Amino acid sequence: MTAPSAGGAPKVSKVSEAIIRIAGNSQDGIQAIGGFLARLAGRSEQEVMTFMTIPATISGGPSIFQVRIGSGEVLSSGDDADVLLAFYQHSYEDHITSVKKGGIVLYDSDHVEPKAEWQKEYHHIGVPISGLTVEAIGGTAKDKGKNIYALGLVAKMFDLNIPKLEKLIGERFTGKDTSILNNALAAFHAGYSHSLGNVIETFKFVESQKKTGHQVVMNGNEALGYGLIAAGVRFGAGYPITPWSDIMELLRRELPKYGGTFVQCEDEIASISMAIGGGYAGRVSVTGSSGPGISLKTEALGWAVMAEIPLIIVDIQRGGPSTGMPTNVEQSDLNIACFGGHGDSPRVVIAPANVEDCFYTAIEAVNIARKYSVPVIIVSDQAIATRIEAFEEPNMEKVCQDISPDLTPVADHKPYDLAVADGVTRHVAPGTRIMNGIYPIATGLEHDEFGHPSGSPKMHMQMTAKRRKKLQALAATYPTPAIYGPSEGNVLLVGWGSTQGPIKEAVDRARAAGDSVSSIHIKHINPLPNGLENIFAGFNHVLVVEMNDEGLYGYGQLAGLLRARYGDPKIRGINKCDGLTFKVKDIVEKAQATVSAGLRKM
Amino acid sequence: MSSSLTDLPVRGGNITAATLPDAERKGLTKKEIAADHPTWCPGCGDFSVLALYFKLIEKRKLWHEKVTTIAGIGCSSRFPYFVQAHGAHYIHGRALPFASGISLSRPDLHVFVFGGDGDAFSIGGNHFNHTARKNIKMTYVVMDNWVYGLTKKQTSPTSPIGFKSKTDITGAMDQPINPMKQAISAGATFVARTTHTNPNHVLQMMEAAMDHDGFSFVECLSECVEFYEGAFDASNPRKGGVFNSVPADHDVTDEIAAYKLAGEPFPGHFGIFYKNNRPTKNANEQKIIAAAREKVTGLKDWQILQKNFDRLK
Repeated sequence: MTAPSAGGAPKVSKVSEAIIRIAGNSQDGIQAIGGFLARLAGRSEQEVMTFMTIPATISGGPSIFQVRIGSGEVLSSGDDADVLLAFYQHSYEDHITSVKKGGIVLYDSDHVEPKAEWQKEYHHIGVPISGLTVEAIGGTAKDKGKNIYALGLVAKMFDLNIPKLEKLIGERFTGKDTSILNNALAAFHAGYSHSLGNVIETFKFVESQKKTGHQVVMNGNEALGYGLIAAGVRFGAGYPITPWSDIMELLRRELPKYGGTFVQCEDEIASISMAIGGGYAGRVSVTGSSGPGISLKTEALGWAVMAEIPLIIVDIQRGGPSTGMPTNVEQSDLNIACFGGHGDSPRVVIAPANVEDCFYTAIEAVNIARKYSVPVIIVSDQAIATRIEAFEEPNMEKVCQDISPDLTPVADHKPYDLAVADGVTRHVAPGTRIMNGIYPIATGLEHDEFGHPSGSPKMHMQMTAKRRKKLQALAATYPTPAIYGPSEGNVLLVGWGSTQGPIKEAVDRARAAGDSVSSIHIKHINPLPNGLENIFAGFNHVLVVEMNDEGLYGYGQLAGLLRARYGDPKIRGINKCDGLTFKVKDIVEKAQATVSAGLRKM
Repeated sequence: MSSSLTDLPVRGGNITAATLPDAERKGLTKKEIAADHPTWCPGCGDFSVLALYFKLIEKRKLWHEKVTTIAGIGCSSRFPYFVQAHGAHYIHGRALPFASGISLSRPDLHVFVFGGDGDAFSIGGNHFNHTARKNIKMTYVVMDNWVYGLTKKQTSPTSPIGFKSKTDITGAMDQPINPMKQAISAGATFVARTTHTNPNHVLQMMEAAMDHDGFSFVECLSECVEFYEGAFDASNPRKGGVFNSVPADHDVTDEIAAYKLAGEPFPGHFGIFYKNNRPTKNANEQKIIAAAREKVTGLKDWQILQKNFDRLK
């Protein structure tokens, strides 16, 4: 978006994208404004990505919601905002530096006293939002509804589609007291009708190039929850913890429609145990958690590895260790996901890259768990969990699966058959008649092929190898990650999870400046896909971008795993753990600093 | 459409020619139900619990495939290896939530959980309370020997004050847990007490527990001949003790009376202390499912999900 020219008659500029940061307190409904904008973008075939911070307090506290809407590809929620909508003095002062120089600051003049030095650098538009909202709605509403009033202002500024927004507001307040909807619409129209003055131009988005069917708009936790339902999961158990709770609430609400249920347990250990029980009973089940809850689940996870029971564990990572930063993002659970627990306990770890990927990753995870009789950990994070994106509507009839237990009688069954070369055996659930009368025991004790205890050293080696080999077989089915940018160059950025967007944008930005930078995104973390070494060979530097600490030896958790596998000292880390997502410029600058010779190929 | 948790979850449903309808199948013999030879010490009380479990399966014509035998960790928890049926040997203290997962997702199975006093009242104490209050349908038999046997004589949560163990060399000092009181106050809907030295009574209690629609808990005194010999002699007529049945006039629906009965000094009484018909979680969940499915009648699963996504556009 280009900065508006000062003075002159109001004019309309065409823009291809805009970044709007809304700053207020958590109870002001700023998420609602962002949600409306995101949903509108989705309905207009635009791309959208949001970013939010919420305080860890029970009620109140500063909060922001940033929306990036684009007619072209949107890879991240954006570094600097074009427009800041500030409700309070603290919102104004804390966030003005995140606005582009020459950008617009739209503020509630009832609460914000603008500063002279900033008025020179940014276009300030003061609107007594609180007062005008009260005026518009009347009665005793106080300033409740000022978020919708402000939405009206934004709609005016960007010439947004009013009938679509009215419809969205109507849907949001449907079923409630009609006076609430009427008040909301009154506030919205008052905001829309307010004159922004003639010092500023308004904007209009250029038509989106996207013409792919319908888009759906949701956050990552919703996509993951619905993905599990599409995958056929009908049973699960959990314990509330931020930011995982949204998923358990969704499953608790939705699963009964499909004949399933989700149980709230007394603790994390009971939750995973109940889910494993469901999996043992023939229904691939889900449990999940965040931070400390994942630590608590690790003993039971080891049992599922040993007993070879399908299981889905969702980990919505947050800042750790311990209670850490419960409402902030971090990617510091990779080690516990891959290695948490005692003994050699190979399990599958997959990390979705964006909101859409959450939906499909859930399906992939369920199918891996079933086929390989293994626990699969889906490692998401607070940033994907809470950010809203628009993506192409899945073909439901095609993606939805029926995975009801197959209880067809079998002639005989060895649950831990060692004769299978790749180690992949199928779990046969209770209820299945075994015609030779020899029934399996699922167990955490080292066991023979029927699940009966064995203290034989040879058996322990063979069974340990079986559990390892099936993951090696899985690795062979994984595609080698696609390289974003040329397959040879100076710097390869490696990312996983929610950093995919900003990393790609960093590659674009660096390449536009003439630097030799490419990237890959590793979705399958444990086991890793084969062939990464061939990709690494094409670059002088391999920099692993992660939202976790650089560790004792100067690299983060995925970098540690890659170093362990490839023993290659050119693998280094770009790390941060400030609880916020990577900005594109963070990545570019840190890459430049890490590669002291500059990013250009020598 | 995937099968509901209410349905018998058979997919394909191809029963092979070799199988007969249940009515024409012969009941299982003890030989068909027995698996590994138990690893317990000779004279262990757990042998009689196992023998009576076999008897229960025979008598009630339960099929191999319909029985799930679940246990946690401890001497008694080796149980599933000795039973020829589907079973699982889970981790210490967590057998109840594991079994709950089976019970809630598979109404067609009989879920039996066996364990010891450490599993039930120490490491798994909280699960005991919550499984009881949720009233999840299953039968839980705790073989209480008042000592940790598998780890060779440490104090158990039910060890009486003064019991000398390797971790209380001058005698246990912590107030022992009273399993009956614990179960009643946690909201268990079937609470019974028996002892391995009275086999007919053990079978009677297990049958009554199995027939109860809810969480049925049976404490079975089971002597550890190795580390706590003679612990229960006072309840064994053959050793000069007395076996007192629950008084005939005891009202099993009276929680206070049951609690008082549970407070009597050892050897106390044997039989059903408490029983009520509070709805199970299984039934309550089915109600929620039935109500939710009424609103989506005639829709396939993908169509239900499609409706959600239509609202997210």
